[in-house]
Amino acid sequence: MAPELCWLPEPPSDWAEQLLALPDGASAESWARLVSLANHRLDGLATIRLDRRMKRLFGDAPPPGLAAAPIRLAVLASSTVEHVLPAIRVAALRRGLWLATYTNPYGQYAAELLDPGSGLYRFRPTAILFALDAHHLLAGLDSGGAAEAAEQFLDRQMAELAGHWRRARAAFGCTVLQQTALPVFPRLFGNNEHRLPGSAAAGVAALNARLRAGADAGEVDLVALECQAALDGLGAWYDPVLWHKAKQAVHPAAAPVYGDLVARLLAAQNGVISKCLVLDLDNTLWGGVIGDDGTDGILLGQGSALGEAFAAFQTYARDLSRRGVILAVCSKNDEAIALAPFEHHPEMVLKRSDIACFVANWSDKAGNLRVIAERLNIGLESLVFADDNPFERNIVRRELPMVAVPELPADPAFYASCIASAGYFEGVRLTAEDALRTSQYQANAARATIRDSATDMDGYLRSLDMTLHWRRFDTAGQARIVQLINKTNQFNLTTRRSTAEDVAAVIADPAALSLQIRLTDRFGDNGIIAIVIGRFEAPGAATILIETWLMSCRVLGRQVEAATLDLVVAEARRLGATGLIGQYRPSAKNAMVQDHYARLGFAPHADDGSYTSWFLALDAHQPKPHFIKIIEG
Amino acid sequence: MDQAQALKELSRIMQDVLDDPSVALSPGTTAADVEGWDSMTNITFVVEVERQFGVKFKTAEIEEMHNVGDMLKMIAAKKS
Repeated sequence: MAPELCWLPEPPSDWAEQLLALPDGASAESWARLVSLANHRLDGLATIRLDRRMKRLFGDAPPPGLAAAPIRLAVLASSTVEHVLPAIRVAALRRGLWLATYTNPYGQYAAELLDPGSGLYRFRPTAILFALDAHHLLAGLDSGGAAEAAEQFLDRQMAELAGHWRRARAAFGCTVLQQTALPVFPRLFGNNEHRLPGSAAAGVAALNARLRAGADAGEVDLVALECQAALDGLGAWYDPVLWHKAKQAVHPAAAPVYGDLVARLLAAQNGVISKCLVLDLDNTLWGGVIGDDGTDGILLGQGSALGEAFAAFQTYARDLSRRGVILAVCSKNDEAIALAPFEHHPEMVLKRSDIACFVANWSDKAGNLRVIAERLNIGLESLVFADDNPFERNIVRRELPMVAVPELPADPAFYASCIASAGYFEGVRLTAEDALRTSQYQANAARATIRDSATDMDGYLRSLDMTLHWRRFDTAGQARIVQLINKTNQFNLTTRRSTAEDVAAVIADPAALSLQIRLTDRFGDNGIIAIVIGRFEAPGAATILIETWLMSCRVLGRQVEAATLDLVVAEARRLGATGLIGQYRPSAKNAMVQDHYARLGFAPHADDGSYTSWFLALDAHQPKPHFIKIIEG
Repeated sequence: MDQAQALKELSRIMQDVLDDPSVALSPGTTAADVEGWDSMTNITFVVEVERQFGVKFKTAEIEEMHNVGDMLKMIAAKKS
């Protein structure tokens, strides 16, 4: 099946009539009509027809009064690309951009770059796309060659490409795009093709990997054809019949998607990019109608496949927000009712704090989208409006044609891939601004944790995906262990300090209980965050005295103490003990842990004024609930 | 679908490909007979015919396609 512009609505039945009915002559109205016609799910032929009409109306000049600067794209190609040029121009039109194209005479791309008298130099590109096909890129790789020869070949190819990129930029000061190679070669070796040094199939994969590193170093943006082909199937992108017949390395039926991949990058390079994803609620973020079904009745998260599909879409939206996309809500609901799931539903992935602008009322959505754009101080053309309801989508498209409205499929399992396929939020550089926005959202998320703590602490902790990695003391961890023991003041039961030699003695003592504990969660690795040292009270005794138990305050409130106790109990049993004694020695800074052992189910044991001690019979240990996976290593 | 109907379909597809409603194909029509029918148009036409008729031409068939009649025969053979 041909790759589709699946995020766009099907063209109306009279699409071609509308196209041909446009009056001749270049006008802003005709341009707006063409942009509207381009924003449909066009196939290859419709794309060619639209491009032809655009050419007839506007010739080679951009429409009068167009604000965005025209783009002049040279496609430097090793094979036939004339059939994809209309699709690139139409995809630019779809974004309101005027794009002129140039391509080299067949086989001449390198020569054109070197010759200041060439057509390329007369064209004066503002952007160059190197559209080199896999056959060309891998030509010369010896299928019987040794590993060193294959490496040298790839080095040479990359050096040559980098040379082209540099030359292009030096000659024209233009942006540079490079398409990746499609995996067109049949395998010679099989699943483990990479073990065959001279394999062209393996060479494509290796070259694409190198292109990523090379493009980053060379400030080149990639058109990731092989990723798209992995979604659509290679057969939809590459037809060997057309390769042999016409040297088309991209199937004409794939041209509309090819053009869109290129145009979205060019648009992003020119700052034409969506910034905000506006989400409907009922049947978009959860299944059902919150006003009718209530927080307990909506479908979301574990328990139903549909509920999980909605949670997965929420996860995608949350992940977009983490990379800098602003999230907003636009819902026809009473605000308090619309907010209820954000505050009370344990399976909500999105939190209220993830939403930069929350609008729920009974006004029309077009009006509310204007409000959202104003409040966020961004243009309407920066909004992407995701709504399951075709009626609302069509009204917004009609009232606010500058707002992007993805044609969400009927099944929420495909909401995320629909929005992803549209490339609304195409990134070029990960900017400092993105990082800042992310950290702001993280700070918000932290605040949300505190606010939601009364209602949804368990859901939050579960969502953290925490894993506790433990090891006994070892020389590799020694320096960090000593550092933690000597600097931790607050969550430190005994504030007993240790030297490197003390720690070495614990490592050497097979009867000592020692734990170094690392915590990871979905935000990353928190590093070593807890230390426990215990020894038998006396040689031959059945009770282990916990000399040191300390923890970094970064991980307070995550039930790490309960998980740690599980480990301490397990280790004590392994060492042959039947009981544990814990001590709390008050210091100026450690009042926060005075009830530590009581909270964990230890019984008061002794109190001599300078410290309290607590006892736990291992047989009586009742594990406390926590949401932390425990693994050794 | 009989030959006449298929020929009508081919004409309609070529009209769309060329945006020229005056195009009328006959079995004897070759690319040289139709203004604008160049090599790129030819591939566009073949791919569109494949899509709309739900057929796939072999490499050898594309080589042997010298006029509209050849294409009609191949479609008929595939559809029978």
